Amino acid sequence: MTRLRIEQVAVHVAGKPLLLPMDLNVAAGEVVSVIGPNGAGKTTLLRAIAGDVNASGGRVLLEKQLLSTIEPRARARQMAVLSQHNTLEFAFTGFEVVAMSRGPHSTGRVLDVQICHEAMEAMDVSHLAKRFYPTLSGGEQQRLHLARVLAQIWREQDARERLLLLDEPVTSLDIGHQHQLMEAVKSFAATGVAVLMTVHDITLAASYSDRLVVLDRGRCVANGQPQNVLTEALVSDVFETDVLILPHPKTGKPIVVGNASCN
Amino acid sequence: MSTADPRRHRRRWTLSALIVTLIISFVGAIALGSVRLSFPVVLSALLGGEAPGISHEIVRSIRLPRALLAASVGAVLAVCGAYLQGMFRNPLADPSLIGVTAGASVGASAAILIGGGTLIGGLSLVSLGACIGGLMAVWLVYRVATGLQGTSVATMLLMGIAVSALAASATGLMDYFADNESLRRMSLWRMGGLDGANSARAGLMLSVLAIMLLAMTRTSKALNTMLLGESQARHLGVNVERLKNQLIIWVALGVGVSVAVAGSIAFVGLVVPHMVRLCVGPDHRTLVPLSALGGASLLLVADTLARILLSPTELPVGLVTALIGAPFFVFLLIRHRELIR
Repeated sequence: MTRLRIEQVAVHVAGKPLLLPMDLNVAAGEVVSVIGPNGAGKTTLLRAIAGDVNASGGRVLLEKQLLSTIEPRARARQMAVLSQHNTLEFAFTGFEVVAMSRGPHSTGRVLDVQICHEAMEAMDVSHLAKRFYPTLSGGEQQRLHLARVLAQIWREQDARERLLLLDEPVTSLDIGHQHQLMEAVKSFAATGVAVLMTVHDITLAASYSDRLVVLDRGRCVANGQPQNVLTEALVSDVFETDVLILPHPKTGKPIVVGNASCN
Repeated sequence: MSTADPRRHRRRWTLSALIVTLIISFVGAIALGSVRLSFPVVLSALLGGEAPGISHEIVRSIRLPRALLAASVGAVLAVCGAYLQGMFRNPLADPSLIGVTAGASVGASAAILIGGGTLIGGLSLVSLGACIGGLMAVWLVYRVATGLQGTSVATMLLMGIAVSALAASATGLMDYFADNESLRRMSLWRMGGLDGANSARAGLMLSVLAIMLLAMTRTSKALNTMLLGESQARHLGVNVERLKNQLIIWVALGVGVSVAVAGSIAFVGLVVPHMVRLCVGPDHRTLVPLSALGGASLLLVADTLARILLSPTELPVGLVTALIGAPFFVFLLIRHRELIR
């Protein structure tokens, strides 16, 4: 069942093509990670889907409905977006930041508070509820924002067709929280949410994603299951560096390590 | 785990403190002046009782309209400041940032040069000139900052600086060519004053305040999400462009009218929301109403001091607001340094 369908979406900014016409589907319950070198168009793809940049062609459909035609509040109940940069200079408490997610809903205060606490629990940020946001570390702020976007589309009863877009959610996290976050996102997807995210750590993406999409200079060069997509030839070519790909001793999932200095 | 809000007690405490301050400063503004009135006289005059002498006349036709005007101008300026600081996501934004004050100065100076005594429908030509100048400045700033992608807050900020610089040179030119009498009036106008208070002006200002506070109830939550960033707010279902348009219109209306009735009064719009935020946090649902209370009290106290410090001479109230507010602001900054970033 295809939740998100992208048909021939392209983005040009100031005459320069950032994203060439591209097709992509994400099913409900599926976790798809977009990988690629800096400037490959990963963020642009997410921003085009989220409506932050205007696509110069193509269409984005959420369950057969054009995403851009859905009424803003209804769309916010279906789609949550975590941007790469979240600046907030005002001293909200951690809980207040997460609670903003319930703005588009009319589920009532008691339920909203409960949902926010559940989402904060999942992101291991419950202890930050009373702390002031500007006093938190970068990783703590990032996890709070993740709890916020999860809480925004937490319940299936609020919106059946849910989509989560995450732009580099793990970049500023320590290894423990990286895995905890990916685990949480995966089990969140299992409740029927389509998840599309950009990730820099290929090994991490491979071990938690159902599918990988590889972008290179605005073009989709591979799309499929991690073990099929990740070949040494492809990764070395796209990232312009020698890599070794080894199977994980326990799971068999591919591990990508740099090999440049060993030649 | 507990859901208790760490600021709940401070919110309650601040609310009660501000209400008490407002009542005291309001009664003080009516009782104090070149003729000092006792509390029972003030009370009986306000409640419509009869008493010998001119004291009731002083209260009803002079001090009450002036106190109401001061309170509503202060409240409106503080609310406008809170809106702008939210929209610009900058706790140091104030109404002068979008050029409204500078534009109003140009309008007022031009009106004084042309011949300021004329009255048009209860408002002097100077007031109208100030209001028109302020609105034109905002309109210019807004037009330039609005493109196909919507209104750019960063461009608005820069455009505000450009318009203010242009307006400053225009007022400078008019200062240069003005005769001594007009020059004195222009510089006095720029310091702000509530000496033109009457019940019509107070009524006008109170209705503007009422409109802004009613509008607030529907936008405060959306304005909170704006603090996360514009695209974040959009993803949370907020119609960002419409919200920005509404805010600009209200601020232009509020500051435009208050400039017309009271001249330019700096500092209230910048400092009051900031001080309130330090006490109760950035949530606009409490920030906006508490700022209104704080702004009203600050301007009442400032105007009372302006009237009695050198009685019977009046000081310009804009000078006094800065004199009271600035040291208090510095005190708060030092106490809360770690929370301001």
